[in-house]
Amino acid sequence: MANPKQNTDDNLLEVKNLKISFKTDEGIITAVDGIDFSVKRGQTLGIVGESGSGKSVSTWSIMRLLPKNSIIDKNSSIKFQRKSGKVVEMTKFKKNGRELRKIRGGEVALIFQEPMSSFSPVYTIGNQIMEAVLHHRDVTKKEAEEIAVDMLDRVGISNPRQRFKQYPYELSGGMRQRAMIAVALSMNPSLLIADEPTTSLDVTIQAQILELMNELQEDLGMSIIFITHNLGVIAQVADEINVMYLGKIVERGTTKDIIHEPKHPYTQALLKAIPRLDRIGERLTAIRGDIPSPLSRPTGCPFYTRCGKVIPGVCDVKMPESTHLSDTHTVYCFLHEEKDV
Amino acid sequence: MSDTLLEIKDLKVHFPIRSKKLFGGVTQYVKAVDGVSFRIEKGETLGLVGESGSGKTTVGRSILRAIEPTEGKIVFNVDGEAFDLSKLTDKELRGFRKHMQLIFQDPYSSLNPRMTVRDIIAEPLVAQKLAKGGEVDERVREAAALCKLNLEFLRRFPHAFSGGQRQRIGIARALISRPQFIVCDESVSALDVSIQAEILNLLMDLQKEFGFTFLFIAHDLSVVAHISKRVAVMYLGQLVELAPTKDLFYTPKHPYTEALMSAIPEVNPDQEMNPVHLAGEIPSPINPPSGCRFHTRCPYTKDMCKTDIPKWKEIEDNHFVSCHFANTLTLKGAEIPTSVDAN
Repeated sequence: MANPKQNTDDNLLEVKNLKISFKTDEGIITAVDGIDFSVKRGQTLGIVGESGSGKSVSTWSIMRLLPKNSIIDKNSSIKFQRKSGKVVEMTKFKKNGRELRKIRGGEVALIFQEPMSSFSPVYTIGNQIMEAVLHHRDVTKKEAEEIAVDMLDRVGISNPRQRFKQYPYELSGGMRQRAMIAVALSMNPSLLIADEPTTSLDVTIQAQILELMNELQEDLGMSIIFITHNLGVIAQVADEINVMYLGKIVERGTTKDIIHEPKHPYTQALLKAIPRLDRIGERLTAIRGDIPSPLSRPTGCPFYTRCGKVIPGVCDVKMPESTHLSDTHTVYCFLHEEKDV
Repeated sequence: MSDTLLEIKDLKVHFPIRSKKLFGGVTQYVKAVDGVSFRIEKGETLGLVGESGSGKTTVGRSILRAIEPTEGKIVFNVDGEAFDLSKLTDKELRGFRKHMQLIFQDPYSSLNPRMTVRDIIAEPLVAQKLAKGGEVDERVREAAALCKLNLEFLRRFPHAFSGGQRQRIGIARALISRPQFIVCDESVSALDVSIQAEILNLLMDLQKEFGFTFLFIAHDLSVVAHISKRVAVMYLGQLVELAPTKDLFYTPKHPYTEALMSAIPEVNPDQEMNPVHLAGEIPSPINPPSGCRFHTRCPYTKDMCKTDIPKWKEIEDNHFVSCHFANTLTLKGAEIPTSVDAN
């Protein structure tokens, strides 16, 4: 169901029919339900969604970093092009096997939301960057130290030599997030997964981190998957956006498509629900109801229980197919089905 | 001013740091709040913004005396009488608590998992002995209905609810004693976008109906702009600017406010973000910089900023700022986005 006109040679990562479930005491929960997406070389893919939409699970699965009770469906495919040019199927690797460990950190890196808890408190920052470098690169300790200091300098940490010897508690939140980016980038990965990297930071620091990521992307030519629930942030960093709801992608398009011409009722509702500076004091439009529990997923379109434009007898019965509105813009909604090009 | 509900005068909250030696005693103070003054009018929402570590939460909590203020006056006008909260004894304060409440940030940890929703909402009434027997239930039902909670929920425990519903339980608990003043400390920050909109609407509706006065503390500037009539900006324990919302956002007068505004990510891919770079990190509140506290990071700093403390002055109607050059600097506000139509 991926866009037919898309040039697949360009894609660093291609995910097809990804389905992930979790075995729990209350039954099987499907967190991601058959989604396709791809990441182009040197581009940023933004994934937007609320809690429970499966945005983190679907991307963490690329590195196979899911809890033990997770099941990746056997028809799912995650194709990743390695630095050597070889295309590998990530779902086929043995969990924690050698090749997978080489790719993890070395070629696909991850930064996440909690800069407070993602470092070990008992090792220095420098030690933790060096550990990653020594694992993936064939260098001596002395060289690894140089790489680490250089990387700290590059992400804009002042006095990198001194910071190298400090423990995580001695750094502020913004610094720790920079240090984490330094760890992730010290191996020169071709794909960076950034899972809500700025959510717990102050706006001024958030702005700096976003700028830094942009600069580093230009310098190093890596691709980024940027996961967030903040539409302002995504509008600033992403080339393409996938909107996720309850384990499904409901709309995808270029950033302009999604922000200027949202077609899915969920995307439209999200954009109306955020307070904006040009509409100070205006009433926000909330989305009625709550996100359904993943244990009792609605049949048909996942959004129909909260949708203002629901078509009774259609939306609650089957899942809408993809409708290509343009080369770049795809929506999964019955309202647009007849407009297929 | 007759319609002032709350007046804070030169509020200071200093936390002692004890020496590590056995009998070392207090050696230094963390000056979390260091001389803050403002007024809140009846029925308005005052927004309070600032980076983490600026002292905004401490201001909110010390007004409620959940944290003891070190110095300063907190004058609360109720039924035509003025009380200085900072002078009340514990006993007097207990009788006063019904007038002021707090809505917390995290709807998961702020509700006791072992109490039913009914008991959680009723707790302020019971603790302050404001109602007995059947009246308690009646008021619980009334508060729950105001917050659009299903009355059947009252017998259940908090674990059965989603984040948005939990936050509504927290709001019902805050409303039940019919307070005049409510501190919302990051009350919508932990919620999803669609739920956040609903809670913001609920707070605004309740305010319209009952004339509540809010102090709304948050780090999300767009949320604060949306709900507040006036907004105060805090930096390192002091206010740097206070103005009606639109004035503050579109025509800021303090360089720090300008930097904050420039860092708001716009929901518009055509409008590139151009954040003002602040040098370095927020300094330590143990030894705040001399002169203007912002001078170490200010892009417009001059010699005089290092030595002279700027005065808090009203440079336009209702627009207060503490900067030596507030009148001469031309600062940029938040971009007014060209209308992006979301259908």
